[in-house]
Amino acid sequence: MHRFPNWLVLTVFAIAALAAFAFALTAGSVDIGVAAVARALWASADNAGAGYAVVRELRLPRAAAAFAVGGLLALAGTIMQVLLRNPLADPYVLGLSGGAACGALAALLAGAAALVTPAAFAGALLSTGIVFGLARGSGTWAPTRLLLTGVVVATGWGALIMLILTTAPEAQVRGMLFWLIGDLSGASRGGAGLLALAGVLAVALFFARDATLLARGDMVAASLGVSVRGTTLALHALAALATAVAVTLAGSVGFVGLVIPHAVRLIVGNDQRWLMPAAVLAGGALLTFADTVARTLVAPAQLPVGVLTAVVGVPLFLWLLRRSVR
Amino acid sequence: MITGAPMLSCSGLTLTVPGRTLCRDVAFDVRAGECWIVVGPNGAGKSTLLLTLAGLRSPAAGTITLGGDGIANLAPRRRAQRLGFLPQDTFDAFPATALEIALGGRHPHVPRWHPESAEDVRLARAALAAVGMSDAAMRDVQTLSGGERRRVALATLLAQDPAVLLLDEPTHHLDVAHEVRSLQLLANLVHNRGRAVVMALHDLTLAARHATHVVLMGCDKVEAGVAGELLNAEKLSALYGQALVAVAHPRGTAFLPV
Repeated sequence: MHRFPNWLVLTVFAIAALAAFAFALTAGSVDIGVAAVARALWASADNAGAGYAVVRELRLPRAAAAFAVGGLLALAGTIMQVLLRNPLADPYVLGLSGGAACGALAALLAGAAALVTPAAFAGALLSTGIVFGLARGSGTWAPTRLLLTGVVVATGWGALIMLILTTAPEAQVRGMLFWLIGDLSGASRGGAGLLALAGVLAVALFFARDATLLARGDMVAASLGVSVRGTTLALHALAALATAVAVTLAGSVGFVGLVIPHAVRLIVGNDQRWLMPAAVLAGGALLTFADTVARTLVAPAQLPVGVLTAVVGVPLFLWLLRRSVR
Repeated sequence: MITGAPMLSCSGLTLTVPGRTLCRDVAFDVRAGECWIVVGPNGAGKSTLLLTLAGLRSPAAGTITLGGDGIANLAPRRRAQRLGFLPQDTFDAFPATALEIALGGRHPHVPRWHPESAEDVRLARAALAAVGMSDAAMRDVQTLSGGERRRVALATLLAQDPAVLLLDEPTHHLDVAHEVRSLQLLANLVHNRGRAVVMALHDLTLAARHATHVVLMGCDKVEAGVAGELLNAEKLSALYGQALVAVAHPRGTAFLPV
């Protein structure tokens, strides 16, 4: 099996992430040169030139949010694929995004716009709690039972979402749809997202070597000294937290959490010490890039980034799948 | 044979699976330089016994001690530094090189946040060499045959290098040459390096060649003791419900079904 050195891959991904940020900060309907962007980033507000507000208050927080969401989803997907020992698992496979969407939509329906974010976060955690509560058998969570429970719970959320959409006033439905497909135009907590990403990644890396062994089955991992129960629980909590934060920031952006871990694994292998940070960089870079395209492609209109990731993600994933069966 | 303190012992061991009791009140001590072979018909509970001895499953009753420490009280990492287990089947959901898999054996010896040292890599490579998989070190295990994967799994256990090795049918999937070689490898660990081995095996001829002690695991009775006393045609015929005759040869004894 030929591979590039992992440090080289990580360096390339880091450069790609920086490039995506540069693209996000310079592209847009207001033409701001590279020099002006750099000035806006490093100068204080008093002696900054034109475009300071656009760069610092619009583009930078949005790029940060996009990077955080992409990184969190890629990391959550990586963890879920290991825990379920299934390369087709993604952050939403246990129904978490449905719970978040239900929470957000219910808040929108009730006219409590300020409560949308906390309601989405609460919905995501509630869904996780329901799935883990129901799938628990004799103290352990078998991947198959978790998956089945998750799929069924997700179907339940889907029905609730449809119910809310059909009963909601016409004027609200459009905003609700944007939430469901994943959209960063309203994302304003980029800094908090990046902090959450750094925190989750640091804790995940603590368990990275154990996670690599868990991919080989609970039995093998346990015989090699992994505390299977504690590690599994911690990793599930991390993945749920990462996904809940991402969904709360941007709605259910699809495919990043599925395709990125899979694609990056083809390059760096399944050693989680490398796969986790590489997936975070690649996912963050991809979503920052995609979101910038989404807001500039048909400007002044903005596409929801979830549409773009799905349009790119579906064929890419089908190609990966065909490649792997050969 | 020099007998020291037991490395692994069980007493009052009762094993149950839902709806059935596999064995009751089993006790034996495994010492350095001993090779225990568990034989018995399908479903008698050989794998359950090994899993329980490895500390990966709780017994219905009884205690298991590893070098004097209750195995249930040992942290998984401490336990894995002293005791290794080869499951009957291993599977790999994701691609990994044979070397990466073998390096997994070093996990309990490498502190958290530390990378594997050059010595760890050397041990993993030596383990792959011992099972004849050096050339496949950089190959993806998902492309290997069943027997080759089995040898990589055995290499993982060798790289782990525990004092007590528990193996569930280590020769599963192996051709006759690798069957003989793998068991010889384990015998060398037992006799030259003072390790203790407990393994389930279906090949009675190979069992007779290597066992110092046996556990006869029947559906209604379990006997543990010295191989010379228990591993004979009469006992084995009763154990399997299949008439067997011992055929003596200068190089060992074969058990022939009649």
